[in-house]
Amino acid sequence: MAKKLNMRKRYEVLTRGLGWEPTYQPKEKVFPQETYEGIKIVDWDKWEDPFRLTTDAYWKYQAEKDKKLYAVIDSFAQNNGHLNITDASYINALKIFIQGVSPLEYGAHRGYANLARQFSGEGAQLACQMQSIDELRHSQTQIHTLSHYNKHFTGLHDPFHMHDRVWYLSVPKSYFDDARASGPFEFITSISFAFEYILTNLLFVPFMSGAAHNGDMATVTFGFSAQSDESRHMTLGLEIIKFIVEQHEDNLEIVQGWIDKHFWRAYRVLGLVSAMQDYMLPDSPMSWKEAWDIYFVDNCGALFNDLGRYGLRMPKFHEQATVEAEHLSHQVYTVLYQFSNAAGFQTTVPTKEKMDWLSEKYPNTFDKYYRPRWEMYAQMEKEGKRYFNAGLPQICQVCQVPMCFTEISKGKPMDLSYRVSEFNSDKYHTCSDGCKEIFDHEPEKYTHAWIPPHQIFQGNCGGAEISDVLKYYNFNPEDGGEYHGSADEQMWKSAHGNNDNNSDAKESV
Amino acid sequence: MSVKTNFGEYPVGNKDAIENFHGNQLVYIAWDNHLAIGPANVFAFPPEMSFSTLTEEVIPNIIGAHPDFECVDWTTATWVLDGEPLSPNMGESLIENGVGHKSLLRFKTPGLNGYQGTGN
Repeated sequence: MAKKLNMRKRYEVLTRGLGWEPTYQPKEKVFPQETYEGIKIVDWDKWEDPFRLTTDAYWKYQAEKDKKLYAVIDSFAQNNGHLNITDASYINALKIFIQGVSPLEYGAHRGYANLARQFSGEGAQLACQMQSIDELRHSQTQIHTLSHYNKHFTGLHDPFHMHDRVWYLSVPKSYFDDARASGPFEFITSISFAFEYILTNLLFVPFMSGAAHNGDMATVTFGFSAQSDESRHMTLGLEIIKFIVEQHEDNLEIVQGWIDKHFWRAYRVLGLVSAMQDYMLPDSPMSWKEAWDIYFVDNCGALFNDLGRYGLRMPKFHEQATVEAEHLSHQVYTVLYQFSNAAGFQTTVPTKEKMDWLSEKYPNTFDKYYRPRWEMYAQMEKEGKRYFNAGLPQICQVCQVPMCFTEISKGKPMDLSYRVSEFNSDKYHTCSDGCKEIFDHEPEKYTHAWIPPHQIFQGNCGGAEISDVLKYYNFNPEDGGEYHGSADEQMWKSAHGNNDNNSDAKESV
Repeated sequence: MSVKTNFGEYPVGNKDAIENFHGNQLVYIAWDNHLAIGPANVFAFPPEMSFSTLTEEVIPNIIGAHPDFECVDWTTATWVLDGEPLSPNMGESLIENGVGHKSLLRFKTPGLNGYQGTGN
């Protein structure tokens, strides 16, 4: 009987012994994307996968986790778990998640599958293959977890279709498309390092701790199931950066440029998360600003202290992001509030308790700049004139967020921030120095951007009326708008027996 | 800098070229010190449209909901077009006033600084 190999040996056999030097075709034709970005890999055998995971171990481990998850999802559905959350308005956070994030998991699945094909090192191929499968599993388990909510709430019915078309979803979509339209080393720097290593806690903590704080045990269970994969991806992200930089001295400057770019791109996507975290969770575990201080300022500050020995420094414009932390969620949620008549979720003016919480969490900014805004909107609503913006917003050519950001670092938090570039005698507007620099570095790429309001004016989104565009998005009329009076709120009230119409009906019987 | 590729030159394109807007041009308009209204709005207008259509129809439709709106006096409003001060001739067209494709037009209304003077 053959001797059983230990895990390290098996990993070595699988990742160092399976490759070969091609002879029918030159290597650069077999791996056509490996060199054009300018990255030089001298020895792929130096690739170290800290988990040394092999395929058989992977299947066994993931199957066990999935079995547990699906058992919880089943019992959640049988016990009508959707009625035990804090409030139906919480589901709006899940709508952003399934519309905005789950399709990114699928995009990551495709991106890593491409890397598994394009990298010539076997260790890297295997790691990318497993991450590709992880990402596919995540998008599937998210869809399965949230499908129970889809039976009871609006806006959850067609997230992948929406992701490709809807204005606010072009923010996450354009970021991932940008990474996936880059070469393999830029993609892996973007997704594995800038997104998964630097910023992933800022995405997962509000959604998953947010779920726990709001009684959503189905999403919590999904979060636990994904967490071990995420920590593997994070560790890998860090190893990859070190590996690339150590391979050749010419790689450092290229990689630093990508870290700068994709930090800013991913950070802008997280603007949506900040709004969801501070405004859409009825019970929020921590504010965006608190999360930023812990996960970015402290943790990433320490990380880059360590990476200094490789010659890497903090991403450019990180100071700007830190200065914005006291304003970001308020500015982004304002946009969601005033355009939610064209969204797949509902919004509302924060409650008095929520505003007091925001005052406490944002002592320097909320009462001074943002409370008056919500009081004005509340007054308008009271007068029967709930505010929705009557037009379409100007959108940044790079991050595709409506241009709601202000000149905070210049000490003018109530002046909108405008940047413009000229390219081939046309103007391109961006929201910040970070986005302008990304545009100016590769203008040929961003002139192709699919800017949602511009596409509506070109006649590519179903028609000129808002109802035509909503149909093109596959939104139902009850999906968006004001939360008070929405179908979700009605369902919630009637399920909890405090629907005014219901009690009238009972009395008349 | 240009985009690196492994297939030669990156294809030149402009998804928002003026030809794609059926005779219209894009214009962005913003009311400074009134952030509650939102980001600048984007419109598609014929370049020959008169500037006064903006103050008589287009802008009131957007900002009419704001409590400051009833105090707006267009004769004292100040304008900035693509970063330069502009004294618009109301009877002339957008293009005659220098408003081109993807121009950004901002205006201030002196004395009106948003809800309770907070810039909102």
